[in-house]
Amino acid sequence: MSTPEIVVATEELAEHKSLLARVWDLCRRQPLGTFGALVVLLMIFLAVFANVLTPYNPEAASWENQLTAPNAQFLMGTDHFGRDILTRIIYGSRTALFVGFAASIVGATLGLVLGVASAYFGGTFDIIVQRVVDVVLAFPLIILALVVVAAFGTAIQYVIIAITIPFIPQCARVVRSNALAIREIPYVDAARAMGFSHARIILRHMVPNVMAPYLIMITAFMGQAILLEASLSFLGLGVQEPIPAWGLMLQGGAEEYAESAPWIPIFPGLAITVAVFGFNLFGDALRDVLDPKLRRE
Amino acid sequence: MYAYIVKRLLLMIPTLLGAAVLVFYLLRAVPGDPCEIRLAGTGLYADPAEIELCQKNLGLDRPLYVQFFEFVGGYFTGDLGDSMWTGRPITYEIGLRFQLSLQVAIMATIVSVLLAIPLGTISAIRQDTWIDYVVRAFSIAGIAIPSFWLGIMIILGLLIITQQWFGTPWMPPIDYVSPFEDPLANLSQLIWPAIATGYRYSAVATRMTRSAMLEVLREDYIRTARAKGLLEKLIINRHALKNAMLPVVTIISIEFAFLIGGLVVTEQVFNLNGLGKLFVDSVGAQDFNLTQQLAMLVVLIFIVTNFVVDLFYAWLDPRIRYA
Repeated sequence: MSTPEIVVATEELAEHKSLLARVWDLCRRQPLGTFGALVVLLMIFLAVFANVLTPYNPEAASWENQLTAPNAQFLMGTDHFGRDILTRIIYGSRTALFVGFAASIVGATLGLVLGVASAYFGGTFDIIVQRVVDVVLAFPLIILALVVVAAFGTAIQYVIIAITIPFIPQCARVVRSNALAIREIPYVDAARAMGFSHARIILRHMVPNVMAPYLIMITAFMGQAILLEASLSFLGLGVQEPIPAWGLMLQGGAEEYAESAPWIPIFPGLAITVAVFGFNLFGDALRDVLDPKLRRE
Repeated sequence: MYAYIVKRLLLMIPTLLGAAVLVFYLLRAVPGDPCEIRLAGTGLYADPAEIELCQKNLGLDRPLYVQFFEFVGGYFTGDLGDSMWTGRPITYEIGLRFQLSLQVAIMATIVSVLLAIPLGTISAIRQDTWIDYVVRAFSIAGIAIPSFWLGIMIILGLLIITQQWFGTPWMPPIDYVSPFEDPLANLSQLIWPAIATGYRYSAVATRMTRSAMLEVLREDYIRTARAKGLLEKLIINRHALKNAMLPVVTIISIEFAFLIGGLVVTEQVFNLNGLGKLFVDSVGAQDFNLTQQLAMLVVLIFIVTNFVVDLFYAWLDPRIRYA
């Protein structure tokens, strides 16, 4: 329990170092988090430069190359449509990141507003919001996501909605508990005494002080969102063909050809695992750095 | 104690009612009902009269609140309605598949306990050694690996191994056999989905066991036990593990409720005709009746499990007040 002082001390020392040295210090203290950050950066790199990195079209079938085993030309082989697996994995990182970022940021932001408002207003409003949050949290993630898909249909924008909705109450609950403590700090009273509007107090005085749990929730959501998108696509209820998506690559042909062409299911699954692993490690490290109190779940 | 139980039971009602409202109205948030989708969604010409007839048959022409009261009223009369997709009563469809899903869920929980408690304990005893790091990596990987991919890999592994050892590839049987008729055939079918699901759920429990053990091992009574020269094995088993079990039991029970969610994908991979697959099929077929009843079933399992865990917790640890 004596670690907090040490952390503060090293951080004060770090003030005098160059940015690069500080980043290096952080990496040394968080080796797993650094690995996670590298995976995240690699994924962003692949997504941004997908069209430069690979000569193949991710969507066009090429029948003469059907079910080719991994070789020098197709490093991870081709699927039953003759499409290069590596190409589809590289483009698939676009889909995963797009869905992941959109769902995490929208979900966490709506949760942030709801959580802070719930803590700030308190009373009946708080009770109602918390009961609604209780209800939504009683659903396993994928069940609620599937209910949304059942209502809206299957397309990438509906997948994002389906993943966003379960995230809102999760973030709202965490943010609320942080915001409750901030509401008691005198500057909020001071702001109220000066006659500031509720919106101004919430946005200018409370929201900036719950940024740490907010950022932690976003990174924690990223891994979950990627996994959930892959699960929905795997079930045939998420992203639809021919859009390259990792979960989709495991559906259809993957099981059928598992024995004769094992490269079809192996590589997309590895991609999902590494991506989720990376985001989780990065998120854990971020949590340790930003909020040591949250460390013990 | 009794007042506490009654109070907790009464508190379930608003949550269940809230869940019913959420599921019911979420499913109907978008215009278009199963009839329109079934008849007009094909892109061919659909006779408006035919759509109307279909809506009348399924009771979709009535106001939403009437349909909602019928939905909730079904829980008091025991009539959960018919599936819009198969036309059979929903209680029949669920009853047909309940045993299989329950069995996989229980087996997956057992797998998860068998992995989590020994691994978490050894990881705590050997804190910051390579064993600890391996166990922690193993459990973090459990969260990252999609259970459906793990399922495909298990099938692939079985195919390759049986091919090499016995000359013929073997796959788990697809038809469900009751464990009371042929336990061996049943086990050879369901052990694989149980492993694929259980491994994932062991991850959180392993971490929980590890942190609970670490905390308990620092207690004074452990130091006392060591000071009086007790065998380390006895200290771990009798003094530490018992006291560390409380949060672990909680997390495992709560996960049991969430297992149903995990089954949704696992049953698909192993082609098991269980509740998870029924849920996916009902979503795919836009069968609102079936989807909402299955979603409610999952919520009910979750709430009841939580209730039982709280009672159990209060019983195990008398310091917990019935507030």
